[in-house]
Amino acid sequence: MEFGIVELSRLQFAMTAMYHFLFVPLTLGLSILVAIMETVYVMTNRPIWRQMTKFWGTLFGINFVLGVATGITMEFQFGMNWSYYSHYVGDIFGAPLAIEGLMAFFLEATFVGLFFFGWDKLSKVAHLTVAWLVAIGSNFSALWILIANGWMQNPVGAEFNPQTMRMEMTDFFAVLFNEVAQAKFVHTVSAGYVTASVFVIGVSAWYLLKGRHTELARRSITVAAAFGLASAFSVVLLGDESGYSATHSQKMKLAAIEAMWETHEAPAPFNLIGFPDQETRETHYAIEIPWAMGLIGTRSLTTEIPGINDLVAQAETRIRSGIIAYDALMHIREMRDAADPAVMATFEEHSADLGFAFLLKKYVEDPRTATEDQIVAASNDTVPTVWPLFWAFRIMVALGFGFIGTMAYFFYRASFKGMNFPRPALWLAVVMVPAPWIAAEMGWFVAEFGRQPWTVDGVLPTAMSVSALSITEVALTLAGFIAFYTVLFIIEMGLMLKYIRKGPFQDVAETDAWVLRHHDRLAGRRNADAIAMPAE
Amino acid sequence: MILHELVSYEFLRVVWWLLLGVLLIGFALTDGFDMGVGALLPFVGKTDVERRVAINTVGPVWEGNQVWFILGGGAIFAAWPPLYAVSFSGFYLAMFVILAAFIVRPVAFKYRSKRDDPRWRSAWDWALFASGAIPALLFGVAVGNVLQGVPFHFTDDLHTIYEGVWYMKFAGLLDPFSVLAGVVSLSMLVMHGGAWLTLKAEGAVQHRARAIGSVAALVAVAAYAVAGVWMAFGIDGYRIVGDYVTGGPSNPLHFDVERTTTWLTAYAERPWIVVAPVIGILGGVLTFLGLRAGREVSTLLFSKMAILGVISSVGLTMFPFIMPSSSDPQSSLTVWNSSSSHLTLFIMLVVTVIFMPLILMYTAWVYKVLWGKVTEADVTENSHSVY
Repeated sequence: MEFGIVELSRLQFAMTAMYHFLFVPLTLGLSILVAIMETVYVMTNRPIWRQMTKFWGTLFGINFVLGVATGITMEFQFGMNWSYYSHYVGDIFGAPLAIEGLMAFFLEATFVGLFFFGWDKLSKVAHLTVAWLVAIGSNFSALWILIANGWMQNPVGAEFNPQTMRMEMTDFFAVLFNEVAQAKFVHTVSAGYVTASVFVIGVSAWYLLKGRHTELARRSITVAAAFGLASAFSVVLLGDESGYSATHSQKMKLAAIEAMWETHEAPAPFNLIGFPDQETRETHYAIEIPWAMGLIGTRSLTTEIPGINDLVAQAETRIRSGIIAYDALMHIREMRDAADPAVMATFEEHSADLGFAFLLKKYVEDPRTATEDQIVAASNDTVPTVWPLFWAFRIMVALGFGFIGTMAYFFYRASFKGMNFPRPALWLAVVMVPAPWIAAEMGWFVAEFGRQPWTVDGVLPTAMSVSALSITEVALTLAGFIAFYTVLFIIEMGLMLKYIRKGPFQDVAETDAWVLRHHDRLAGRRNADAIAMPAE
Repeated sequence: MILHELVSYEFLRVVWWLLLGVLLIGFALTDGFDMGVGALLPFVGKTDVERRVAINTVGPVWEGNQVWFILGGGAIFAAWPPLYAVSFSGFYLAMFVILAAFIVRPVAFKYRSKRDDPRWRSAWDWALFASGAIPALLFGVAVGNVLQGVPFHFTDDLHTIYEGVWYMKFAGLLDPFSVLAGVVSLSMLVMHGGAWLTLKAEGAVQHRARAIGSVAALVAVAAYAVAGVWMAFGIDGYRIVGDYVTGGPSNPLHFDVERTTTWLTAYAERPWIVVAPVIGILGGVLTFLGLRAGREVSTLLFSKMAILGVISSVGLTMFPFIMPSSSDPQSSLTVWNSSSSHLTLFIMLVVTVIFMPLILMYTAWVYKVLWGKVTEADVTENSHSVY
């Protein structure tokens, strides 16, 4: 691949976005887990829950700050590196970003300081409210950013305005209730909850293996496993919902994920594994599950899912229609208000395909002068590179099912086996800590790489979206971000490990009243542990 | 949806121009003292405990303050997309420096006191200093450039092209007038940080903050006055010529713009706007006196007054221009040609009217909870939980 301004800008965006998402999922989930722990504390008044709140709150804080800091890059990068994109769709895309600030960022950021500094300044209930406001604020910010992202995947509620040369909003509620956005939101926050649960269980498992802070660790696992189990189901179900909505909004992405080159008679089979070959457009050594794809994608036995080859043919038709729209647009732009109504009508008819004409800009300055070969090449460009999508998707799904299994197991042990966990299971929990991050990054990769060659699906090609910057400038900032982010990552990991090793500020025993009440159950536990029994 | 037709496009544009000002001023008033305290840090804190006092005066609130910056970006994107597209890509490397500062600052607050190693702490102290002082300077430099016009033009399909080779795009920002504007913003925010520390700290930290803050107040007033005179004689203005509509499509190329000899003709056309620079200068002088006299609450209010006056004077003088183009005046961004659509402006206004009062209310509550001085005892006794 030739590294021009488009590729460098994409690389920088991908890197900074994926880096940002190292911190976001843990923030989403841990904010809620901490709030749940504090709720138990306020309801029962047992000091161990306050200690748990403070301990996980400290780790939350170390992670939260980098999520905030790296999010700033995201907010401004559209304008810096993607200025034509910003001009072209800012009328729609900017709104959810601004609402995110008003509704979510202010909430979480204003109260997070009070969460850490307000223990002695607030009543218990007031402090608990603050903890929940932080959690709600974090989760709301995910809602708005996914409404923005959902619009890039499925641009509803907007149309092109020839007077301003950009997309403009026509229906805010269509943008808001975009089915892609809604499914993505629940899928993404659930992924965050799973991440935090796996993290909490992993760290707690390490404490149990070392025989440290066992009271804190057992209770943390219990909370995280229950929360994580529900979330793991949710993440898989809503992932399926995302796939279902992609059947009508992003057919090409779906076909590419499945490496489905030909349209298959309904119901289509699902390629469990295989080796997609972009050149020959076939998948080698595929192991198929009959009917599965048709059922997942269409929830019916009779609806066909179009394959890549048919979608390329459709794209070619739309490119030709887009050229007609482009021609009419040039006339309208020239004449402004005095444009010929007949040409206006032609434009209206074909304007939905205008973006497809822009695909030709990669080859010719004026799409109207494109040759047949260029039109064919541009329609082939609508196919994203299949094999990375195919594999990333499968890794994500496999991990997703793995989380359900792990969470179910820990939930069972915590609920029915007296919070008693075998050592191999604890080791597994420690080893699994990076897994949800891998799954989350794979998920974003599938969503965004699968949208190529578009920034806004069917509306604006990526190649046209970039700013007119020099390669030197983008190379400098890319190098800067890599160096800067690497240092921050090392510092963050160092602190995280330091505070995990250090453990809670001071160990707190359970209250006597509680231990007395649960005496029978505790006595029945096979590995009697270090809980101090009240004097008998 | 037809509800938005009830409010005219022209009116919404003016409201969003005002809100742009509100956001910039909100940012300068809140995050401004964070940056000021950062810039003052090496000078007001000689020992670790003193520096921690200074840091902890902003410790619980910097996150909320920084959201003004993020919301500023989001609101410009939503309400003024061409401005968002042109300014951030045009000031590309300068923006990178500002982003780096805004990334390192939160981390510095949060991580500085998590290890005892003096080298670790000293490194973060320098990070806090740089990430306070550099953006404070650069924001003013950016305003100085905008006042003189920025070299960009639009192509027919509204791609932005920024003139000049890459290093000149960065180094060229630092012309003498813009550097002077940078001095205004840096000294103004140092003054604001000084006023904040006067309110929130005591003893040696407060004493030094008052001394440096009062000097900064004088520098700010003087530099602002010099910049005003310079603008009267040495800086070109811009104006829209010919017929134009204020409620038409947002397309800069539909307007004709020419250079004039000075922006200050605005004061002949709209004499009332002289209120802004007067408030700015008066606020600066009162802050100076307040810092000298050791008054706490009123000094911070005077400092806010100064910032309000200075920032609004820039906007009011340039109106209706937001970002003129020096190389192709026709591409200039104005209130009438660079907003979002009628519908988007309306929706964003509804959302703002609902949420802005809520934000101000809970922010005020948080400041009330945190009211009172941060003392050396607070820091040493809660050493593991504070910054």
